Amino acid sequence: MAALLEISAARREFVTPEGGRLAALDGVDLTVGANEFVTLLGPSGCGKTTLLRAISGFEVLDNGTMRLDGMDLTALPPFRRPVNTVFQSYALFGHMTVARNVGYALEVAGVGKASRDAQVAEALEKVGLAGMGGRRPGQLSGGQRQRVALARAIIAKPRLLLLDEPLSALDRNLRQQMQLELKTLQHSLGIAFIFVTHDQEEALTMSDRIVVMRAGRIEQIGSPRDIYRHPKNRFVAEFIGETNLFPVTVDHVAGNIALGRTADGVELQLPATGRSVGEQVTAILRPADFTLGTAGIPGQVTREVYLGSDLYIFVQPKAGGPEIRVIARDGAGAAEGAAVHLAHDPTSVHVLEAA
Amino acid sequence: MAIRRQSVVLGVLLAPVTLFLGFFFLLPLLIIALYSFLSPGLYGGVEWTFYHWNYGRIFGWADGINEIFEPIYLQILWRSLSFAALTVVLTLILCYPVAFWVSRLSERWRLVFMFLITLPFFSSLIVRLYAWLLILKPTGLFNTALLSLGVISEPLEILYTPTAVVLGMVYVMVPFMFLPLYSAVDNLDRAQVEASLDLGANRVQTFLKVILPQTLPGIMGGAVIVFIPSVGNFVVPDVLGGAKGLMIGNLVEQQFLSARNWPFGSALSMIIMAVVLTVLLISVTRARKAGGHA
Ligand SMILES: Nc1ncnc2c1ncn2[C@@H]1O[C@H](COP(=O)(O)OP(=O)(O)OP(=O)(O)O)[C@@H](O)[C@H]1O
Ligand SMILES: [Mg+2]
Repeated sequence: MAALLEISAARREFVTPEGGRLAALDGVDLTVGANEFVTLLGPSGCGKTTLLRAISGFEVLDNGTMRLDGMDLTALPPFRRPVNTVFQSYALFGHMTVARNVGYALEVAGVGKASRDAQVAEALEKVGLAGMGGRRPGQLSGGQRQRVALARAIIAKPRLLLLDEPLSALDRNLRQQMQLELKTLQHSLGIAFIFVTHDQEEALTMSDRIVVMRAGRIEQIGSPRDIYRHPKNRFVAEFIGETNLFPVTVDHVAGNIALGRTADGVELQLPATGRSVGEQVTAILRPADFTLGTAGIPGQVTREVYLGSDLYIFVQPKAGGPEIRVIARDGAGAAEGAAVHLAHDPTSVHVLEAA
Repeated sequence: MAIRRQSVVLGVLLAPVTLFLGFFFLLPLLIIALYSFLSPGLYGGVEWTFYHWNYGRIFGWADGINEIFEPIYLQILWRSLSFAALTVVLTLILCYPVAFWVSRLSERWRLVFMFLITLPFFSSLIVRLYAWLLILKPTGLFNTALLSLGVISEPLEILYTPTAVVLGMVYVMVPFMFLPLYSAVDNLDRAQVEASLDLGANRVQTFLKVILPQTLPGIMGGAVIVFIPSVGNFVVPDVLGGAKGLMIGNLVEQQFLSARNWPFGSALSMIIMAVVLTVLLISVTRARKAGGHA
């Protein structure tokens, strides 16, 4: 994929109120391809907004370079960058009609009224707000405002659209609907999206690639499956989805299966490739990786959470140690207090080199 | 039933203020309106006969015997209006950029600045205007400084000129312009400013299309609050203005206190009143139109 945006060694420091320095961006390298959907994911304060603001031109980098289509962005003010933003607060112009809001980018670019009106109607149509052009933002619902913000940001056909938690103010149903619409829109427009979210589920369902950030640094970049199945470290593993982490010592290796044992004596089977006896590693198993059976880790169900067709259970291993979180089919005999055995497929275990 | 009860409660609550305003504000106003159509008594006071020449004197239908039409009154009215308008424009130019600057200061410095801007209210207006008199007079601070710097060779005649009056009014009115402006600027949605820049509007376009419309209520508010007391102001021209700086407020004062022609003074007052009401009416209808969507 041709690189649309190339960021290298981006650094931005802020002076904290206490007088210290805080690197909101601490050496960020990122490339985004044309028409790619990239999601920035990370805990609050990790620098997601700062990165978006640096791309749109509202934060000046202390260090590093940023290129769009090979053009150096560093010296360009926000209004010269072919990048538009959907702000978290929407930032609609309250004193203008919806139509004028949507047509703003064309208006300031000097596009004639007739052509502008046609494009505004088209953009409103695209986001499902046909005929609402005469209203004021104050007369719209949250979801409708969100769509206006979206229409306004795409009308000038930017090369890159930045979205800072655009869905966080919407309720769950509307949010899922908007997720689908955003994805469809992105495909039909051929615009690259950089999307910020707190919601890892949202990140997994929408993205071509996910960028996991922590404290101004990128921890891992990869496809949703990559990030979910092969997290690079504990932080990523714990941040994306429910995870069971087992620090184990490799006990013996037989064929393509290695046996690992935790300090408490819980035994796990790992893929043997690259393992050597006595080595300390961390095994990662998702709740859905376990199956209830007659063989495997013996334990007792301490708590169950009903999820609909599935049951989310906490199993205390007989050998001791932290509870294991498991997703089981409802009706699989995993009631509270029941004795169970947790089996797992060794190939589905992801191993982190560090213990 | 509930509505009736509510209006009774409201009536009881509003009664004291209504009575107060009715007695001390509306009644005197009616008296002035009435007096303006009566003939002046020989030694002050009024004669109870209908008499429209008070207005004739000002607007040009005086009989030429008892009362003579003098264009000077219209000139002074016009001067008052233009001085007031000039005061509005100058205070606006002074305060608008400062409001932006102050809104960006840290909390602490903002408080300091707010204290400074309200500081004049703690001392008497007359005293402060006399200070200006000392500054502006030929041997005053301003001229001495310029002379010693060699900028001028003779003292500038500023005192007792229209310049001095406008200067004084600007000085008096700055806080009244600043406060509504500041509140509008401080409430400005910065995200909208960024959205405008993000959508490709340059700084000038952003100012004209987003910042100005959003701060317009503050500008209008400040303009009205400054314009109204400026039109009828008589203290500033009294202290700093000479014959050429005389304003309509001074005329009213003279008619009541020295000429003792109460009906004529009342007629002049009614004219100020009419101007003020017109300005208020225009600004209220405009504000309603602008805010019509809400
Ligand atoms: N203007 C600023 N001055 C000082 N510190 C700032 C400024 N803007 C951001 N920061 C700090 O930089 C860090 C990164 O902030 P940023 O807004 O990018 O976080 P974020 O990842 O978007 O968080 P959230 O998910 O809560 O929106 C935070 O610690 C924040 O306090
Ligand atoms: Mg943020």
